[in-house]
Amino acid sequence: MLLRYIFFRVLMLIPVSISISVVIFMIVHLLPGDPIDNLIRIGSSPGDRALLVTKYGLDQPLFVQYFRWVGAMFQGDFGEAIVLRRPVADLISYNLPFSLSLGAMAFAFSSVVGIILGTISATTRSALVEQFVRGFILMGSTVPGFWLALLMILFFAVQLQIFPVSGAKGWDSLVLPVLTIGFGGVALVARVTRVALMDARREDFVTLLHAKGLSSGTILFRHLIPHAMLPVVTILALRIGWILGGAVTVEFVFGRPGLGSLLIRALGQRDYPVVQGCLLMLALAVMLGTLIGDVAQAAMDPRIREAKT
Amino acid sequence: MLEVKDLAVAFGSIAPLSGVTFSLAKGETLGIVGESGSGKSLTAMSIMGLLPMSDGRVTSGSIVFDGQELTTLNESDYCKLRGGRIGLITQNPMTSLDPLKKIGTQVDAVAILHLGMAKKKARANTVDILHTLRIPEPALICERYPHQMSGGMKQRIVIAMALAADPDLLIADEPTTALDVTVQAQIIRLLDDLVKQRGLALLLITHDMSVVAQTCDRVVVMYAGRAIEQGPVLDIFDNPQHPYTQALVGCIPRDLKDGEKLTSIPGTVPTVLNYPEGCKFHPRCTRAQNICTTVQPELDRNGDSAVACHFAGASI
Amino acid sequence: MINIIGKKIGAISWLRRSPLAKAFNSWLGKIAGGFLVLLLLTAIFAPWITPFDYAAQNLMNGNAPPAWPHLLGTDQFGRDVFSRVIYGARTSLSVSVTAISISIVAGMTLGAAAGYFGGIFERVVMTIVDLTWSFPDILIALIFVAIIGPGLTSTIFAIAIAYLAQFTRLTRAQIVRLKQETFIEASINLGGKPRHILLRHLIPNAITPVIVIGMLAVGDGIVLEATLGFFGLGAQPPTPSWGAMMSSGTAQLFLSPWVIIFPGMAVAATVIAVNLFGDELIRALDIRDRLKEA
Repeated sequence: MLLRYIFFRVLMLIPVSISISVVIFMIVHLLPGDPIDNLIRIGSSPGDRALLVTKYGLDQPLFVQYFRWVGAMFQGDFGEAIVLRRPVADLISYNLPFSLSLGAMAFAFSSVVGIILGTISATTRSALVEQFVRGFILMGSTVPGFWLALLMILFFAVQLQIFPVSGAKGWDSLVLPVLTIGFGGVALVARVTRVALMDARREDFVTLLHAKGLSSGTILFRHLIPHAMLPVVTILALRIGWILGGAVTVEFVFGRPGLGSLLIRALGQRDYPVVQGCLLMLALAVMLGTLIGDVAQAAMDPRIREAKT
Repeated sequence: MLEVKDLAVAFGSIAPLSGVTFSLAKGETLGIVGESGSGKSLTAMSIMGLLPMSDGRVTSGSIVFDGQELTTLNESDYCKLRGGRIGLITQNPMTSLDPLKKIGTQVDAVAILHLGMAKKKARANTVDILHTLRIPEPALICERYPHQMSGGMKQRIVIAMALAADPDLLIADEPTTALDVTVQAQIIRLLDDLVKQRGLALLLITHDMSVVAQTCDRVVVMYAGRAIEQGPVLDIFDNPQHPYTQALVGCIPRDLKDGEKLTSIPGTVPTVLNYPEGCKFHPRCTRAQNICTTVQPELDRNGDSAVACHFAGASI
Repeated sequence: MINIIGKKIGAISWLRRSPLAKAFNSWLGKIAGGFLVLLLLTAIFAPWITPFDYAAQNLMNGNAPPAWPHLLGTDQFGRDVFSRVIYGARTSLSVSVTAISISIVAGMTLGAAAGYFGGIFERVVMTIVDLTWSFPDILIALIFVAIIGPGLTSTIFAIAIAYLAQFTRLTRAQIVRLKQETFIEASINLGGKPRHILLRHLIPNAITPVIVIGMLAVGDGIVLEATLGFFGLGAQPPTPSWGAMMSSGTAQLFLSPWVIIFPGMAVAATVIAVNLFGDELIRALDIRDRLKEA
């Protein structure tokens, strides 16, 4: 049943990926000026130019160009970086692991701490704890990530000198970026968990669980939390992209290598093949994240497994 | 077996329940009838110790179950009682099962918790019970999820959960209200059989007088949060004392003679927020006098029956 | 005369009873709303409030810590941070409000059309909208800036596009719900023209939640403007914007942290106030359920 669901869910990704790749492909063509000028470095010989025209088939109709572009990517050819003068594929394969490790850590941190905080705020009877968590949720969902990153650097790295200011050497260089991204992520997860738990507690079946003689603790951990996790997983799946988005800005501030830093630098240098490559990878990550979230949800909820197949 | 005396419940300053008194013996079926909002379910929840924790509490009176005072019982002892010695059947089977857990797991949990059974043994126990409830292919049903079953089937599962630890008392709170008429009859017959086979005590809460007539040995009539009349089912039906009960019985369509009219009760049930002074029924009562507007009549015992009315008896 | 007074009193009591006034009832609403009003006044009257010219350089007094007369210190060029933060409010607020207004108008048009006409059109629009919905706003904005290049105008459009999905979804959900209500069905059956039904019945009934979400989105827009500005893709020097100020401040992060701390605090305080006030407004209008639909 679950396998069937996964199969159909993956099938649905195909049109989505096609539309995304078209948009990203069009970037170069929507730019003002001749696309070739956007793809070539200044001072190249006319020979280089001709080579590029044939490589990208720029004399061909747009859709032929698109298919060539996609075809090349399937063979691992993402084009050549204009400024950095290296294959984009190399740049991506160097930077991707840094982004993945940061994203995964930040995601895990956000989910675990967010769920715990949300549960505490929904179950506690202490107004103080509740106010604190609510305040935290408000701060976390409003304070801009890059500014928080700068404050983190000022406080932990410069004042206290516990963690390195920037870079990606050693595990401790991950702590501040993860905390920074996690701040917003935790707030998001905590907020959803809180609301979902309070909703779950009002469900009819909870009365019967009490009537079965189960203790409040058992009911919370065995029934309410799994129930509350459904909307949490939905939101996490939808917002995996937002956590990655946080990574884009935070990487840059901490001077970590990664797709985000690469993208922002490339945007500044108008290095369009790199921009395309990075956007494509980030879009892919968002799609995969959403997919994993949906599958996790189907694994948890028998009603979804059946409804969609 | 169960002895409720002068029970009163309050939510903050609102007191929706007061002066509820009745008792229930082993092997007996007691019906609690009344319109919605009369405090029937609240009575059941007080016995189960499941008043909404935030502000609902028992303010006075006592509930004694098998020699044990429940109003002062601590939570962990109460947990042993619930599901173990007192089973509850709730109103709406569509929403009373955890949608994420398999049927078997949900029923097994009761025997595991209260009878200390191992998982396998608990499952065998579950299959047995489902079988006695006339559920076809019980082993297969155990592997299913609630959303794959009909309302009547779910209600049987709820009954199975209530029975899984072999309790002494079963509280059924409007067990058939949410079901189709044909299924209603099946469920009522099932409960009736269970009481007879197992010697259970059954507290049946309903607003359906015909269900009461079919199954109950004795009846408690509730109105506006008070028990106003009780007695053996035949007495209540044939010789009701309280004007409200008389009106209620008058509402049952029976083989009417020519020209005889089906009566209805004028006015509406007061809500908790606007309970009248004195007898709560007096604004709708045809027999009300001055005293009724000021003095709350006490429950007056007479053998097995009791009635709370200043002018009890005298028929219409 | 009496008539005029009567009208005035009527207007005042209407104002008192309006949801906007109700949002000021709680103390949180008072603080947040008061802050926003103050911020708005500051932005409007910036030239009369600022003690210094925001662009005046004084290299002799660069990176000066907060002290009299430079209350919030100076940046590397000796420009007064306080004056720049106040002028930054102008840039940030106007960029965000303009962008969100564009987004609301476009989103409502798309959403109303999709919800009203349905069919293939709805399917195409909603597929695209749902697609952009799952991407972080910063990524959408970056794609857009990649296409039309950095600057304030592209920032406005980038923000408008980043939040377009939100308004389209919300409007569509409302229109779809309203369409099933009897009075709309009746006017469709009576042969009302789509334009009339949309403009006279559907959109007026759907607009409140959209406006409230729009107000909350202004807060998000400010953060997005600041982020783009910080990356050097938004406002270009010497225009003072909160994000751009922080961007130029990174070089002196350790030397003069106040250049970064104060504009960031301005962003954070504004966004928090917007959110708190928005929450009060949602409560005053009692539309939480309608927001959940989208």
